[in-house]
Amino acid sequence: MAEDVWILGIHMTKFGKHADLDTVDLAAEAAQAALRDGGVTMKDMGVLAAGNLMAANAGIGQQLQKQIGQTGIPVFNVANACATGATALRTAIMAVKAGEAEMGLAVGVEKLSGAGLLSGGTRRADDDTWTPRGRYGAVAPVDGRIGTETMPGVFAQIGMEYGHRYGGTSFELFARISEKNHAHSTLNPLAAYSKKMSLEQIMGDVMIAYPNTRPMCSANCDGAAAAVVVSDSKLKTLSIEQQRRAVKVSASVLTSDPWQESCQILPDVNTLTRNAATQAYEQAGIGPEDLDLVELHDCFATAELVHYDNLGLCEVGGAVDFFNSGATWRDGATPVNVSGGLESKGHPIAATGIANIWEVCHHLRGEAGDRQIQGAKVGLAHVIGLGSACGVHILEKSAA
Amino acid sequence: MATQIPLVDYLVLGDDPHLVANECSECGARFFDRRNACAGCGGTEFKKVDVGPNGTLRTFTIVAFAAPGIDVPFVSGVVDCDGTSVRANVVHVEPDPEHVTMGMPVRLVTFPIGTDTAGSEAIGFGFEPAA
Repeated sequence: MAEDVWILGIHMTKFGKHADLDTVDLAAEAAQAALRDGGVTMKDMGVLAAGNLMAANAGIGQQLQKQIGQTGIPVFNVANACATGATALRTAIMAVKAGEAEMGLAVGVEKLSGAGLLSGGTRRADDDTWTPRGRYGAVAPVDGRIGTETMPGVFAQIGMEYGHRYGGTSFELFARISEKNHAHSTLNPLAAYSKKMSLEQIMGDVMIAYPNTRPMCSANCDGAAAAVVVSDSKLKTLSIEQQRRAVKVSASVLTSDPWQESCQILPDVNTLTRNAATQAYEQAGIGPEDLDLVELHDCFATAELVHYDNLGLCEVGGAVDFFNSGATWRDGATPVNVSGGLESKGHPIAATGIANIWEVCHHLRGEAGDRQIQGAKVGLAHVIGLGSACGVHILEKSAA
Repeated sequence: MATQIPLVDYLVLGDDPHLVANECSECGARFFDRRNACAGCGGTEFKKVDVGPNGTLRTFTIVAFAAPGIDVPFVSGVVDCDGTSVRANVVHVEPDPEHVTMGMPVRLVTFPIGTDTAGSEAIGFGFEPAA
């Protein structure tokens, strides 16, 4: 039986525009702050896992080492779409669980300010002559001719499909999910956008892909997050204060999407999330009813709804009623995205899967200030990278 | 008459235009591109099958913001053709949520998307309301 792993130190940078900082600067800021938070240094790290999706071939891990300390430890540069940060964390956790390292550092960083549509943002011009190309023998670009490649459009269809299956969804319902997250963001000084938005403002904003208007889409921004993980036996040798602030990783799960009819027509973000959640609850010996807060992957308002169901926060088909009950507001039974979520906190891709862990840890440590969920003991963090990869982590407050 | 060429190779033109898929001989999973082994069951035998032209709209979005060169708004959706999911635009309908509805019956249609410098006409496909 592998021993338990703990988060010893963790940090996220301010999300937003950082015109004067590059990815290495941001990664260094997050990493050094996470090390300081844990009371350790680069010399204590036995492994480094790092991700920067938009420059996945650049080796952000080694670039970071040159900026803050080249100690010769193994580096894993990871890329797993929007689950890149969670994958880096999971990699460091696996190394510690395997006994290959006593401590590890996971870092995710992205520069995305002003990036626009990340997929389907450009389409090449038609050729002079129709010549079949690629796996489908397409004679011309198909985005816009055979459906959409844009993320707002893909996730709009995912939310609409849920509505078709179970009923109860509407443009207004999805907008109200966004209203909640924007309201939550007003308490988060690190969010890219922390402005309350009325339902009218959200519904009246620029339509991107019905029913997602602009404020219902994740915000492109710059940011980084980093976490230091430590083995249970090593933690016991550290100070009482370090042990008190350490947060237990009760479950760490990464899944990919198993084949389902239609999963290659419209990505299936549901099955792999359900699988990850089931495994995570089993690992942790905890049920969804025990969660004091959840940070889930609201890359679009339409995505948040389906993940209430996928994470088992409500009964199957009950996501609309669950939201309408007020459960997911910060004063509800299961607060979801009290950070403001990706729609307002922002979504610097590779940072997201560690920033959500930071948010949960912040509450479990009782350090979340104005937005503290009182008495929080257990939290869950979820991300989805399209393609697909799903990371779910369950975290518990230290008993020390 | 100008020669015609389908937008994608899984669209078959002629008197009775239709889509074709590679079907796993073991489990029946269908793919519009080639596979070495079935993603569902691992089987390695495939046969070409015709996909029926009639279906129902299982989900959709109305894309209002897309890459330069793409006419917006347009309706992107997933059509359930007797158990085979197809990605396509919904055409010949007002692109608004009053006219496009979940579960609406639709049927395959083809239409020219342009003529190249050699005079060859590319033919695309979509689904239009069938009711």
